Amino acid sequence: MTDFLNKKPSRRTVLSSIGAGAATATALTAMPGFVRYAQSQSSEPIKIGFQVHRTGIGASYGRWYNRTTEAAVKLINDGGGINGRPVQIVAEDDGTDPKRGAEVIEKFANEHKTDIAFGTLFSHVVFGSAPRAGELKLPYFVVSEGHHVASGKLNRYTVQPGITDVKSQVQAMAPFVAKNLGKKVTMVFPDFAFGHDHRDFFTKAIEEQGGEVLAHIAIPPRESSFTKYMPQIPRETEVLYHVMVGPGVLTFVKELGEFFGSRGPKLFGFIDSLEAVDIGSSGLEFLEGSYFWEGNPRYAQEDQSEFDKAYRAAIGVDANGASVADPKDVSTYAHMFGCWETLHVVKAGMEAASYAGTQDRAKLIEAVEAMTDMPESLAHPQGAKRFNGKTHQVFGHQYISQVKDGKLVRVHTTSIEDTLYPDEVDYTKMSF
Amino acid sequence: MTNTRKIWGLHIAVIVIIGALHFILPDYHHGLLARTMVLALFAMGYNFAFGYTGLLSLGHALFFGVGMYAMGLGITELGLSPGISILFALVCSLVASTIIGALALRTAGVSLMIVTLMFAQAGWYVILYFGSITRGDEGFVIPQASRLVAGIDLANSENRYLIALLLFAIVLLITLALVRSSFGKVLVAIRENEERARMLGYDVFSYKLRAIIVSGVISGLAGAAYGILFGYVGATFASVQYSILPLLWVLLGGAATVLGPFVGTLFMTYLIDKASEITEAHLLVVGVVLVLLTLFARQGIMGEIKKRIAPWLP
Amino acid sequence: MEFGPNLILALIEGSVLAAVLTLTAVGLSLVFGVMRVVNVAHGEFYMLGAVLAYVIASMIGGAPAIAFIAALIIAPLLVGCLAALADIVILKRINYDPENTIVATIGILYIIQQITLVTFGPDARPVEAPFNHRLSIPWFEFKDGAWEMYWPWGLGTTSYKLFVIFAAIAIMVALWMFISRTKAGLIMRATQLDRDMAQSFGMPVDRVNALVFGAGAALAALGAVLIVPIQQAHYQMGEEPLLLAFIVVIIGGLGSLPGTIVAAIFIGLSDGIISIFFSPTLAKILSTLLVAFVLIFRPQGLFGKAER
Repeated sequence: MTDFLNKKPSRRTVLSSIGAGAATATALTAMPGFVRYAQSQSSEPIKIGFQVHRTGIGASYGRWYNRTTEAAVKLINDGGGINGRPVQIVAEDDGTDPKRGAEVIEKFANEHKTDIAFGTLFSHVVFGSAPRAGELKLPYFVVSEGHHVASGKLNRYTVQPGITDVKSQVQAMAPFVAKNLGKKVTMVFPDFAFGHDHRDFFTKAIEEQGGEVLAHIAIPPRESSFTKYMPQIPRETEVLYHVMVGPGVLTFVKELGEFFGSRGPKLFGFIDSLEAVDIGSSGLEFLEGSYFWEGNPRYAQEDQSEFDKAYRAAIGVDANGASVADPKDVSTYAHMFGCWETLHVVKAGMEAASYAGTQDRAKLIEAVEAMTDMPESLAHPQGAKRFNGKTHQVFGHQYISQVKDGKLVRVHTTSIEDTLYPDEVDYTKMSF
Repeated sequence: MTNTRKIWGLHIAVIVIIGALHFILPDYHHGLLARTMVLALFAMGYNFAFGYTGLLSLGHALFFGVGMYAMGLGITELGLSPGISILFALVCSLVASTIIGALALRTAGVSLMIVTLMFAQAGWYVILYFGSITRGDEGFVIPQASRLVAGIDLANSENRYLIALLLFAIVLLITLALVRSSFGKVLVAIRENEERARMLGYDVFSYKLRAIIVSGVISGLAGAAYGILFGYVGATFASVQYSILPLLWVLLGGAATVLGPFVGTLFMTYLIDKASEITEAHLLVVGVVLVLLTLFARQGIMGEIKKRIAPWLP
Repeated sequence: MEFGPNLILALIEGSVLAAVLTLTAVGLSLVFGVMRVVNVAHGEFYMLGAVLAYVIASMIGGAPAIAFIAALIIAPLLVGCLAALADIVILKRINYDPENTIVATIGILYIIQQITLVTFGPDARPVEAPFNHRLSIPWFEFKDGAWEMYWPWGLGTTSYKLFVIFAAIAIMVALWMFISRTKAGLIMRATQLDRDMAQSFGMPVDRVNALVFGAGAALAALGAVLIVPIQQAHYQMGEEPLLLAFIVVIIGGLGSLPGTIVAAIFIGLSDGIISIFFSPTLAKILSTLLVAFVLIFRPQGLFGKAER
């Protein structure tokens, strides 16, 4: 009796004794096939939990993230997988919702027992999910372009090695804008965190170029008509800087055109305003001659690299950045390469760490932290990258394109140096 | 007398069973149950206003959000310790529910529903408007270092489960005691026939206000607990969806039953979790369940059990 | 932009919003007035109108004008039938109990939205306008002692937006004729005034309910078909109009049609004008609080008569 009281079973001992019982049972039933079991151990797939926006405002991105991911996994598996093991994707919808995102992370770690988690674009989902990934010690590879990773607000297990962050993108645009388009800028952006990052980083960057932002026009979330905000654009504006996300983007750009007609300031937009939207849509003719930031040029350029060619072919995207199966189905080309490149970083990291199973998760993170330059290759079709192990953030070239004859033609490529900024955190000093 | 024993025995048994599950549940279900218990707090708070007092609010996301943000901003902006920040969250939700209750209770029925909805919507916009502090829709992470209460690391899943259970047990037993008290009986009387309660000399407005306050403070506690246990504060939790969810959980589990909110939350959590494996339209399940409930099981799960099997259930 | 042109632009944009809002809100108000229930799924009928317009327009193809006219007729009819069906299958069976109806229509909201998600998909899709010309508007300024006409930057609209405004007016006139001049309208008004009395006079109250519920939904769908060449069809587009329609119906006085129209114009125009002076997000905070306080302190609405 006293013995029993003194025992105080902890959750872990009880669980492990149950587990031991179950294991014994499994072993007993598996006796005849014991050899086969031992073999399958080494060729068991590496499971990657894929957090995907199937529903909610991020759904257009999610669909293309999904296609890119599948294509990258096929390529990796055709090439022999990772450490000789095939890669298996376990996809779960996060509903573009932070609560569901966190639950999905738990599901990956505890139910599907995936090796890592990966995916997701919208930064609030990353914010909701990252703490759980850190607690569960589950490497979490995000493809979100948010500044959240490099800002130091997340944790050692969260890395962004496949897509550059908004701070580096925005600051690299300022010199081009100031030099070629004008110094008096008005910014239009969504009135939530993503837009505020644009506001804060670009305003600072353009001031360093001797320019100024005349007005900040914040559009409230879920807004569906935009003309009424446009009169706030000051007349002396030389450049209108616009960025918008969500289902209203086409309306936004169309109304921009209707507002200015044939006159107006020069337009500089982030392609987010037109992701998954056909530039040939009626009402968008006015975009001719305007400039866009592109994470990765949507239209195949004259000097297209063999890597971009192979990458497009693998996903099924044509030279116009639309689905081969349906030319009206335009991809989120400027962002989705991040999935492809991240998965290749995961492969490189797992191989460097001789990753054998979940016990090596910390080794995987250390292996990724040790990465630096990543040359342009089939693994990095968007261009060369430089990874900063301390801030867990990758840096890379940014592209500026101009609309010519209804197509986006690249006119400027920034250097990687243009996108760098001082470290704000050193994750390698944090414990695992 | 035997009923009293049965009732307390049953509820304590539920707590003991959940406590025992701590030792045997697989990790994933262990985590899901911890989450469910915290959300069930929210449902229990909602049940107090909706189930027992008959006040159909569509604005409880506001109280949940007030609790969550008061806790979160208390830690990050005011530099409060986690324990104090939870007390701060309770005070804030007390103030919010008093003000909103005092205003909204001047209306009833459909108008009450819309007034509460509008207040909650305004609250959601306020969070977005003050984005420089709240980080808007993106929300913010509670630093792991700030999630130590009295030396207990809330980021640890075992501690999280036990704390969720402790809060759940406290609120469950308080609810049970309250609904069995004369206060609870007056609330039910008001729900059944407000005029008669007034004739009998009860100050109906004051009773209803107190019900809203109890309801709001429990909801605020749920929000604060959710934020600190899961380490994230975000505007989604103050959106209209989080006003509809507690209504759904309570209806499903059984309005005006003490265990109903927990049963409903648990059932719905698993239903959505499983449905999302089959279809991307997992909210379809929510819709179908709501319609079926209004058509065929107005009393919810515990309500039907109470009606058919155990009429002594509180 | 100078104040004058800015105001003109805000008025035009506000009128477009007011036009669509009138149709949507009148639908909601009609249902509340006659049936005394709040239809939370109203926004989803709106969304369904837009989505069906896309489906119909892309099925018909050809000239945008023909596809659009087909959508304008077929989409509201389909939505109306669906709503009438929902009324018969669900709402009638719960006896229009006010609170249960709210719960049931929340359920219908999710069902419609999610079925659209799995069939139509999560992307926003455009419908081409039957015609769309940009119209610049001149302005006058006093310069060097004389009035001078000039064309301010950004002051303009499109022919389609003007069409939306006129179409909404025409539909409202037709609706008013229907209610005031036809027998069906008379029955509706009678039911609104006194349901029990109408029933005891042998009026088919059940059929009136299904008809009104369907008509309310069809009006929302009609508003959506009109707006979809300007905005895009998307499975989550029903939320905002639902809230706005609620605001309008309450400010106008629950169930009062003239009040609803006045309020729709008031809210539509002020939405455009407030955004000149305030941060738009702040404007949304103020307008939601306004609704709450109107309901608390003036439950008959700003423009409504006191309760009978």
